[in-house]
Amino acid sequence: MSTAYKTVTDIAGPLMMVEGIEGVTYDELCEIELVDGSKRLGKVLDARSDLAVVQMFEDAKGATTEGTKVRFLGRTFEIGVSEDILGRVFSGSGKPIDGGPEIVPEKKLDINGAPINPYSREYPDDFIQTGISTIDVLNTLVRGQKLPLFSGAGLPHNQIAAQLARQMRVLSPEEVEKGKGISDEQRGESDEKFAVIFAAMGVTFEEAQFFQNELEKTGALSRAVLFVNTADNPVVERIATPRLALTVAEYLAYEKDYHVTVLLTDMTNYCEALREVSAARKEVPGRRGYPGYLYTDLATLYERAGRVRGKNGSITQIPILSMPEDDITHPIPDLTAYITEGQIYIDRGLHQKGIYPPIIPMGSLSRLKPKAQGEGKTRADHSGMDAQLTAAYARGVEVRELAVILGESSLSETDKAFLKFAERFENEFIRQGPTENRSIYESLSIGWDLLTEIPREELKRVKDEYIDKYLPKK
Amino acid sequence: MTNQPTIVKVVGPLVVAKGMKHAKMNEVVRVSKEKLVGEVIELHGDEGSIQVYEETAGVGPGEPVELTGATLSVELAPGLLEQFYDGIQRPLKLIEEKAKSQYITRGIEAPGLDRDRKWDFEAIASSGDEVAEGDILGTVQETTLIEHKVMVPPGKGGTLKDIKSGSFTIEDTIATIKVDGKDEDIMMLQKWPIRVPRPTGKKLLPTEPLATGMRVLDTLFPIARGGAGAIPGPFGAGKTVTQQSLAKFADAQVIVYIGCGERGNEMTDVLKEFPELEDPNTGEPLMKRTVLIANTSNMPVAAREASVYTGITIAEYYRDMGYDVALMADSTSRWAEAMREMSGRLQEMPGEEGYPAYLGSRTAGFYERTGACECLGTDERRGSLTAIGAVSPPGGDFSEPVTQNTLRVTKVFWALDAKLTYKRHFPSINWLQSYSLYTEALENFYSKEVAEDFSKNRTRTSEILQQESKLEEIVRLVGTEALSPKEQLTLDVAKMIREDFLFQNALDPVDAYTSIKKQYRMMRAILLFMDTALPVIDQEDFDFLRVQKLIVKEDITKCSFIPEEGMEAEFDKIEDKIRSQMAGLKESGAETKTVSEEPVATA
Repeated sequence: MSTAYKTVTDIAGPLMMVEGIEGVTYDELCEIELVDGSKRLGKVLDARSDLAVVQMFEDAKGATTEGTKVRFLGRTFEIGVSEDILGRVFSGSGKPIDGGPEIVPEKKLDINGAPINPYSREYPDDFIQTGISTIDVLNTLVRGQKLPLFSGAGLPHNQIAAQLARQMRVLSPEEVEKGKGISDEQRGESDEKFAVIFAAMGVTFEEAQFFQNELEKTGALSRAVLFVNTADNPVVERIATPRLALTVAEYLAYEKDYHVTVLLTDMTNYCEALREVSAARKEVPGRRGYPGYLYTDLATLYERAGRVRGKNGSITQIPILSMPEDDITHPIPDLTAYITEGQIYIDRGLHQKGIYPPIIPMGSLSRLKPKAQGEGKTRADHSGMDAQLTAAYARGVEVRELAVILGESSLSETDKAFLKFAERFENEFIRQGPTENRSIYESLSIGWDLLTEIPREELKRVKDEYIDKYLPKK
Repeated sequence: MTNQPTIVKVVGPLVVAKGMKHAKMNEVVRVSKEKLVGEVIELHGDEGSIQVYEETAGVGPGEPVELTGATLSVELAPGLLEQFYDGIQRPLKLIEEKAKSQYITRGIEAPGLDRDRKWDFEAIASSGDEVAEGDILGTVQETTLIEHKVMVPPGKGGTLKDIKSGSFTIEDTIATIKVDGKDEDIMMLQKWPIRVPRPTGKKLLPTEPLATGMRVLDTLFPIARGGAGAIPGPFGAGKTVTQQSLAKFADAQVIVYIGCGERGNEMTDVLKEFPELEDPNTGEPLMKRTVLIANTSNMPVAAREASVYTGITIAEYYRDMGYDVALMADSTSRWAEAMREMSGRLQEMPGEEGYPAYLGSRTAGFYERTGACECLGTDERRGSLTAIGAVSPPGGDFSEPVTQNTLRVTKVFWALDAKLTYKRHFPSINWLQSYSLYTEALENFYSKEVAEDFSKNRTRTSEILQQESKLEEIVRLVGTEALSPKEQLTLDVAKMIREDFLFQNALDPVDAYTSIKKQYRMMRAILLFMDTALPVIDQEDFDFLRVQKLIVKEDITKCSFIPEEGMEAEFDKIEDKIRSQMAGLKESGAETKTVSEEPVATA
């Protein structure tokens, strides 16, 4: 096992070929010692009887074919975990970078994990209040969901993600019963254990620092674990970063009963790292040069979220990805949305109007919302309100486009009502402060107030009984 | 066995072994010390490529490969229904028990069917009978909904020497057949290779619709029993919701639902919901007629490729009993991607977008296994197998290879439209893009079973919707005022069709399922509204708003909530109301006309 091979024949990009080897297995971890004595990690991508293709997790700078030693470690990439991991900061390949000691592991876990048996899953249906109206009412986040933020360069996805991490909480039974939000002070500390895990892949130092500061400000850093691979860190290391984060998440959630929120940013950089390795291996590319197995690879990350029968903890995943050219049909957002349970779409148009958070109902979706809205979860009128607001806003936007061509004066009275609704919806419902934490009940009230703009006979998506009960009389 | 096959190369799910001279194509092999399940997919002299259905991390060259001699097969016998399988027919519940964890660990052996469970077998055939392949030997009440027919396996037949009723496991001998002087024992368990279609008797042209209770499908774009349909749509357009509604409401006797490379939680949802949902016809839990197969996106990719074949073979088996079986595959794009991934690892020359060149023939081969037919056996029973495949085109672009190859072989196209979901119009099936090529084949059925003018009404309904899309363009340019009253009426009626007929609330207990007869009456009421309105608005200077404000329109809006029972009478009332209110308009319309016309007449 500890044989060091000095038989490196080729080095190309992040790949290395080692000949004359014996007993090497697929996906095995190896240690590469360069001539200068520095050590790097790698894994076996292709195991043959006399040759192994090794992918380094760091770049190959300074590596030589002669003199480089490769040691195969007889195990796959593992991370040592224990509850002490909370509050720590690691590099993208799992080394502590906060100056603290190494973790004394309770156990070591393979970072690739194993697929969760669909039979063992518990269907997630607990409402999480994020304090952001467009998410709570229209794209309800559910505990154990994987809900990505689709964004673009220059859009405030980091602020939104930080706001989510800060404000996410479940409602107390008392709140649901009374139909009223209770402030944090009155509610007191909840006895639920929760943790935030943050994996940064190829982001700038500033961005990584932003998250760290945000967590520090709210005192959440002691319940957080950070894995940071910044833009100047090795590209291929990024392939391991989210897996490290999710392995820790699974440990905390399913073995230690934590409710874990995992923030992954930026998935686009992750996919590009994957493409780089694929290209170096000269694989047949799929769309836009991304490997044909991109879907499967992403699925092995995103599917590591959810709840499991008989376990108290949960993993809620919020991946962030920037869409190249805001193009939602680009393979990365496209394949992501086919795996995740919806998406939160951050819209440049709204952002340019100065609206924060620029989350647009069209294109945003939470697939798990039906079972987390309504009686016993939030309030009985929730799902009707959701459908009505979305439909009315869609119509309002359509009318707005029409008005550009025909002029506002040629619109019918009803159309004008929808137009006014759309304006108010953007300014009063979507728009809120970066620290404004609205309870779901406040959000619903705003919704009802906005619906007064629309003629009552057009309110087809909400039940009459709720209209009678909640619609403010003019 | 001097030449034990050994691994020479491992790359992801692809393993190459040497010493494979005696291996057959598509033979099941056990790979490495952990005995992972694999299938031979390529042979080059002494070397063979194996696709492995489990994770291969930690497997390396030098490890053994064991040949089993069998091709990848499913087990067919009582006990399939209510099961929840992975892509290679391992019960997921059993995997959980054996793994003792929520994770699917490797090398777990889990037989598809319980060997110890005893079933009450009731013989139908008797000793001395001549039996041929496919003949029914006896029955087992598999669930409260389905009577399992135990058949003579394909390729066998002869004189029945012995047969007995009683309590048996699936491996007990239930009958003995004498073939060419030799005795052959028959047990309930049959095995069938998943990549080979099960034989049938004569294939029949489909003539009956598969009712789904969804108005946009049943009325506008029906699928036939034994037909093949595709639901392509971008993410979030409602493919899975539509597939799940079909699994709930399609009036087939057996449902096979394949979650192929999709989300784990979705399968959990089905698994939780189906035992609680009632079959509309019998009141029994839906699960009693359902087989679920899940190979979620994070489960091994090779098993995903196999899952659709596992599913369709089970479906064929129930069709052979003479049942109407419906199969849903969500999503066939993931299946195609699994093929692409294996093909890439084999370094095959790629076709379009990296998909293998055989994508088209594999897709066609899969859908060709559907159909209505006479089953094997001398009793001329008939069965059908309908398949509905969801397609997930990247970026919602229907011109991509999987969608195109699917459309070439399926006759029904239900196009999901993300724009409709934004407007919260459900089911979000686009009525202009979708089509069904079965409407003619089914016409006879409709005019006999529903109403003479059913097909005529359907044609009119689609015409109105098409006119609407043209008129809308005009409106966008010049506004509603420029339209003639007749055109305005068309727009109004089209809106009624969209909002009151096509829109359907899957969460409302009455609205979720509409019988074809009620669909006909709903459609007829709307068309009657149009027909009676035409002469009214034709009057000069008639104020169109008055038609728009008719009270009866409210009744039409609420049509979808009329309970099935006694609905004929309710619809008669509504139709009377339409007629009388329109007549009222005509009279008063005539009055206003004479008053206002007088000065004009003198001029």
